[in-house]
Amino acid sequence: MSRYDLTRIPAVKTLVVNRWPQFILRAIALAGFVVAILAGLFGTPVGSRNLSIVFVWIAWWALLILAAVPLFGRGWCTVCPIPMAGEWLQNGAVLGPRKKETGDWRLVTGNLQSPIPSLRLRQWPKRFRNIWLQNGGFALLALFSAVVLTQPKVTAVILAIFLFLAVGTALIYERRAFCRYLCPVGGFIGLYSQVAPLEVRVRDMAICASHTEKTCYTGNADGYGCPWGVFPGGLVKNTTCGACMECLRTCPHDNIAIQIRPVGADLTVARGRKLDEAFKAFIMLGSAVVYSAVMLGPWGWLKTTAYNVGSLAWLGYALAFLLFILGLLPGIFYLVTWAGMGQRVNLRVVRQRFTANAYALVPLGLAAWIAFSLSFVFANISYLWPVLSDPFGWGWDLLGTAVTPWTPYLSRIVPILQTLVLVGGLAWAAVTARKIAEEKRGGTALPAIAYCFFITVGMLWLLIG
Amino acid sequence: MAAHWLGSKTTVNVEMAAQTAVSSSDDALAKDREWLARALLIHLIFGLLLAIFIANRLDRSVEVRAVMPEKGGFLPDTLTAEVGVPLELSLISDDVMHGFAVGQTDWPAVDVLPGQMTEVTLTFDEPGTYTYYCTRWCGANHWRMRGTIEVTGDEKGETPALRADAASVVEVAIAQPSSPPLYVELELDIDAPHTVDVHLDNPPSAARGETLDANISSSYLSRDVYLTQPPFEVWQALRLEPETAALSNSDVWDLVAASWHSQTTDEKLQLGQTLYNQNCAACHGNSGAGDGVFGQEFDQATAFTDAQIMLGASTAVLDGKIRRGGMGTGMPYWGTIFTDHEIEAIIDYLWTFQFPRE
Repeated sequence: MSRYDLTRIPAVKTLVVNRWPQFILRAIALAGFVVAILAGLFGTPVGSRNLSIVFVWIAWWALLILAAVPLFGRGWCTVCPIPMAGEWLQNGAVLGPRKKETGDWRLVTGNLQSPIPSLRLRQWPKRFRNIWLQNGGFALLALFSAVVLTQPKVTAVILAIFLFLAVGTALIYERRAFCRYLCPVGGFIGLYSQVAPLEVRVRDMAICASHTEKTCYTGNADGYGCPWGVFPGGLVKNTTCGACMECLRTCPHDNIAIQIRPVGADLTVARGRKLDEAFKAFIMLGSAVVYSAVMLGPWGWLKTTAYNVGSLAWLGYALAFLLFILGLLPGIFYLVTWAGMGQRVNLRVVRQRFTANAYALVPLGLAAWIAFSLSFVFANISYLWPVLSDPFGWGWDLLGTAVTPWTPYLSRIVPILQTLVLVGGLAWAAVTARKIAEEKRGGTALPAIAYCFFITVGMLWLLIG
Repeated sequence: MAAHWLGSKTTVNVEMAAQTAVSSSDDALAKDREWLARALLIHLIFGLLLAIFIANRLDRSVEVRAVMPEKGGFLPDTLTAEVGVPLELSLISDDVMHGFAVGQTDWPAVDVLPGQMTEVTLTFDEPGTYTYYCTRWCGANHWRMRGTIEVTGDEKGETPALRADAASVVEVAIAQPSSPPLYVELELDIDAPHTVDVHLDNPPSAARGETLDANISSSYLSRDVYLTQPPFEVWQALRLEPETAALSNSDVWDLVAASWHSQTTDEKLQLGQTLYNQNCAACHGNSGAGDGVFGQEFDQATAFTDAQIMLGASTAVLDGKIRRGGMGTGMPYWGTIFTDHEIEAIIDYLWTFQFPRE
């Protein structure tokens, strides 16, 4: 498949390799993050008038799901401020690597050495080198979403927990372990980054093979060893690449490129398909369906139940939610996969096909999330103007937009866009399912396509019907 | 704290690096860049925090948060001010739309919107205790949303010698009606039941009553009768007069209606209707039938359309109920909020539920 190497353009290469553009973007994001926490804690408890809710759950979310993920994959992780403090502590620097007393460049990389001198940073435990914790974290957070998404104080506390967890993890484990193994957002960004038309890859594997130092992994004077713990030479998918740009800085042979590629290229790569990622696909797809039903569906009681965190009814809702995303959705998919394979196969093979086929749900899930997000992003983005002028609801008017009334945008076009996105997602899922089925002789994509079809109809009914 | 920590660590690093490593111009440049990056971060984050803090302190107005009465109503619910000194209030709601008005003044009510500051500046001319209250039907306990402003100081424009006396006099004048309410003066028990056994086929018509050539004593048309007598008693007295012998029962009710109607004006009824719809209809209903949206929350909200209840009550009794409230129901007290004239207008309007205008 054809690729276009963006880093052959000198301006792009400079922009990416130079630390300042990224640093400044991250610093601004960090400032926004801190203000969002403060606004949540000390600002008005009215969600629509508090920066924390409007900025995080409407503006940032829109940016993430409508632009960053589909276009740039892990583009958000490139500028995410959450791990910054932990990285500074690990690195002993905020900008770039600094030579330390030992004169050993391996220690210059910082993220391998604890900021507490007597402590060695540990490797992340083997048993958790997967995204199950991220799956669990996301599912857990999703149970409280009705409260998290509407109450500024709760949002602030969650953001602060993210920050403390990231710093805490960085003090014990090497590199950006929080990002790779714990961040509930990072998990699905990784999954959906497989559809993005951008990738970081090596140009020539032979060069990597003969390069004994592997500075991309260990670091040198120009950059840190891969903060995500990935050897770029082995990259076949976007999922674990944090797009942090360090390897473009550390590679002495200029062998790493950012490339434009066909969308969804990773989905049909048979290597490295995993059950945890397959389940992530179900968790995300199921959450999009449940969120649509709770927040946009016609059932007031469901919304009330989701909101009454801690009540008996809510426990029932939580249980049903978990059962739906972790039991029902994968269960039916497993059965249809099995049904599509005939009687003669053993269960281990069914499981392999189940995992492989689940990657067809990635474009469908992303489409479902985009369609769901479209329904509230354009309706509510006008809350941003007053909040930018008065982030805390304290009566400020910084930009003169404090009393801009709520105006839904594009309300006529949104249902059309949603339909297009969902139908497009279905088509993409179907094509992907066929390609995955063709990997094995006699494989059929029909059951998976039928499954995707019913999910799409359900989403269309919830969002538009 | 963080800045200090980063700073001290760097010093150590730099010293150690100087001891062991060969310093090159590249290293120096990297060091400069690192310092620049740190300075930038610290300025950005701490500058922002400082700016927020200062901006917050600069706002000198008093913040009054409005929340559902079950969660506290107006916070705070007592304010103080001085005569002639502007009291700047920042009003903000934490939940639904509330309203803000100060009783017995003619400052227009403002809406208090969720999460949005509404700035109000009040300047009092006279000392006293003022009541501020919610003007939007925010919930069943809406009427509990009240607070008081204690205004101290001297009345404007008085000579110093007179100030002390004047202040106390005016305080009485504001906090209480200028004379005791009529029901106190008449020693009426406004909690006593006042239903009468009356059955009307049609509502009495003031217009018809005016056309009847009954030639009754003018004492029946007096202000005193209107204020102190229940319509039913007036009807009974009229019924005994020889002048009404030729009239039917319903004709006599028309005469009573005409008498009641003669005590008000269109302007007053208009004012009464406006105030009623804003303040009373939440429980008593726009139609006066006791079917307002919040009426169901209480045992009962009196139906002003019920002849047996209304025709046995005098204006003085209604005045007392409105001023004092209570009665073991959810009826609020309005004495500190409405002026005498406003209460009169409301009662005039209440009578129209029995004696329609046409």
